[in-house]
Amino acid sequence: MTDAATDMPEKAPAQTAHGSLLSESPLMKKRNAAEARFKMYGIVAITFGLAFLIFLTFSILRNGIPAFTHTVVNVEFTLTQEQFDEAESKMLKTAAYTDIFVTNITETFQQDGLDVAFDADTIERLLGKVGGNLREFYRENPDQIGQPVTFELSAASRVERYLQGKLTRDMVVDGRFLEAADLDVVDAMVDAGIIGSAFDWNFITGTDTGVDNPGGAGIGVSVIGSFFMMLIVLLLSLPIGVAASIYLEEFAPKNRWTDLIEVNISNLAAVPSIVFGILGLAVFIQFAHLPQSAPLVGGLVLTLMTLPTIVISTRASLKSVPPSIRDAALGVGASKMQSVFHHVLPLAMPGILTGTIIGLAQALGETAPLLLIGMVGYVAREYPDGIASGLLDPNSAMPAQIYTWAARSDEAFFEKAWGGIIILMIFLLTMNIIAIILRRKFERRW
Amino acid sequence: MKDMIPVDRKMSTMQDSKISARGVQVYYGETHAIKDVSVEIADNTVTAFIGPSGCGKSTFLRCINRMNDTIDTARVMGDILIDGEDIYDPRVDPVQLRAKVGMVFQKPNPFPKSIYDNVAYGPKIHGLARNKADLDEIVEKSLRKAALWEEAKDRLDKPGTGLSGGQQQRLCIARAIATAPEVLLMDEPCSALDPIATAQVEELIDELRQSYSVVIVTHSMQQAARVSQKTAFFHLGNLVEYDDTDKIFTNPQDPRTESYISGRIG
Repeated sequence: MTDAATDMPEKAPAQTAHGSLLSESPLMKKRNAAEARFKMYGIVAITFGLAFLIFLTFSILRNGIPAFTHTVVNVEFTLTQEQFDEAESKMLKTAAYTDIFVTNITETFQQDGLDVAFDADTIERLLGKVGGNLREFYRENPDQIGQPVTFELSAASRVERYLQGKLTRDMVVDGRFLEAADLDVVDAMVDAGIIGSAFDWNFITGTDTGVDNPGGAGIGVSVIGSFFMMLIVLLLSLPIGVAASIYLEEFAPKNRWTDLIEVNISNLAAVPSIVFGILGLAVFIQFAHLPQSAPLVGGLVLTLMTLPTIVISTRASLKSVPPSIRDAALGVGASKMQSVFHHVLPLAMPGILTGTIIGLAQALGETAPLLLIGMVGYVAREYPDGIASGLLDPNSAMPAQIYTWAARSDEAFFEKAWGGIIILMIFLLTMNIIAIILRRKFERRW
Repeated sequence: MKDMIPVDRKMSTMQDSKISARGVQVYYGETHAIKDVSVEIADNTVTAFIGPSGCGKSTFLRCINRMNDTIDTARVMGDILIDGEDIYDPRVDPVQLRAKVGMVFQKPNPFPKSIYDNVAYGPKIHGLARNKADLDEIVEKSLRKAALWEEAKDRLDKPGTGLSGGQQQRLCIARAIATAPEVLLMDEPCSALDPIATAQVEELIDELRQSYSVVIVTHSMQQAARVSQKTAFFHLGNLVEYDDTDKIFTNPQDPRTESYISGRIG
């Protein structure tokens, strides 16, 4: 056998209809070239996609991360009992505290050999209402009087942008918000080393602010609004969607009516979301008189939008359960319902959950329908008080909040909008990870 | 008509007919799949249905436990009586019927659950066990009957889908007999199995004859000859010939039967 094998290559190639296998035939060359070309198209497409993804992620992170930090001024400050008593005895108590603070900072500057002139108004423009904050602190913690306390005072957003180089001296027009001379004080603070940057918890937990205070704006209340909407969407669309799909897929007779319903569900999934917004406005607010801007209404509108997605994915996963399992269940005498609930549904579960979470994620990022029911533009200043208030009181939602910020004229809000996008993306990523974990958990080996 | 006479005579002398089909017609939409089939199937007998692909033998089998009800376009006419009761009577609930008429399918189709749960599922939904001990007993008895107990007793909590093909099919047989049926329908139960597993299942079928009326659809004529006492030959939706197995294989009355078993059509 081995002799025969070694002899083979020395023999002349056989003159058969197929020619020699050692050289490529012209047709084969063409086919291989086509295959190589197709592979290249694929690689190019994926490279493009990845490049855009990287670009997008990078720009979101670059623009958004500053929103999570804020510029702070760390001042070590000691208030004596006499100063406290004196300030409390005055007519304008907070102003008195501001004055004490100004004196203190001036001393700090002088120790470092810096000489800038400023007054209480400067401090208010740069650091907000310092006097009020100090007074509040000492009234709540009287035992800190006479002790050195380090205060972390957040600087106005203009100060931050000045330090980032986005705001230059020649751009400053003296006014209520900032004067050019104030920037000397900022420079002095930088020289004194008391100005720094800190993680801004307020951005995550805080409330939205008016248009004049971009620095203090937080996304917290909108997150709560989104949470209540998602709660409504999940509680309504999952049971309704799954029940409808099971009925249509397993029980309903196949006739013209069910065909019609099927076509319409597929069409509903493609309806622009703003149409659902109009529907919500007409039905839930104008007809049913539910409150405007309420997460309840938002949740109902998003439920309508999510239902087709859930129905389509649930039906697809029910369809993908092998018929042999249905036969097996019916064969041992299970009723139709038992076969569905004991055997088909558990096997379809991973697909249903994935579809639901994708539907929820879509709903979470939806802005257009919220425009029409008044959640966009609503300034979410207050945390809801309990579940009923969370559902019925006006609120915003994450994407609505981002849209609102991006639409405001003050540039400082843009950074907040990017930061909001990061938070929204974190939520979406978390949901997708949950979907993957659930799918893994429920998936069964065959 | 002449060739049907000996068959009819045979029927009338049969003492215990378990299933009797009279003038059964099945349509799938416009397709006439079963044409006027009448047959008497005895208790404690293995009856084999043979015939070329698409001849309707599986369709007819599925009429006996009304599995054709699950196909929207299927229409069944004529009467099928089990113990003298018409199973297509509107008062009959097919779910109840299927507890009495068990079925084993062509491809092993265990539930993706544990071996124990596979067997226990039927008795559970039919309320055959009063408590866990009862259920354990039913599971053990069924697995023993299906000749799977020795292999499976230490891994009852392992998934049934993890068994080998032959074991899976025996698990399906155990599952079917766990509901204490009186008739056991088997639709090509060995077509997905290797010869060794086939031999095990065939042996099992012979034992099951003690307690059930077994109806088996098979493509293998050798298998029909080995396991069955009665054989029915189907061709193009007609029941061509039905008689004792050895008679069908040694002395067929109909020329079509003869051609099929000698390999000339099929």
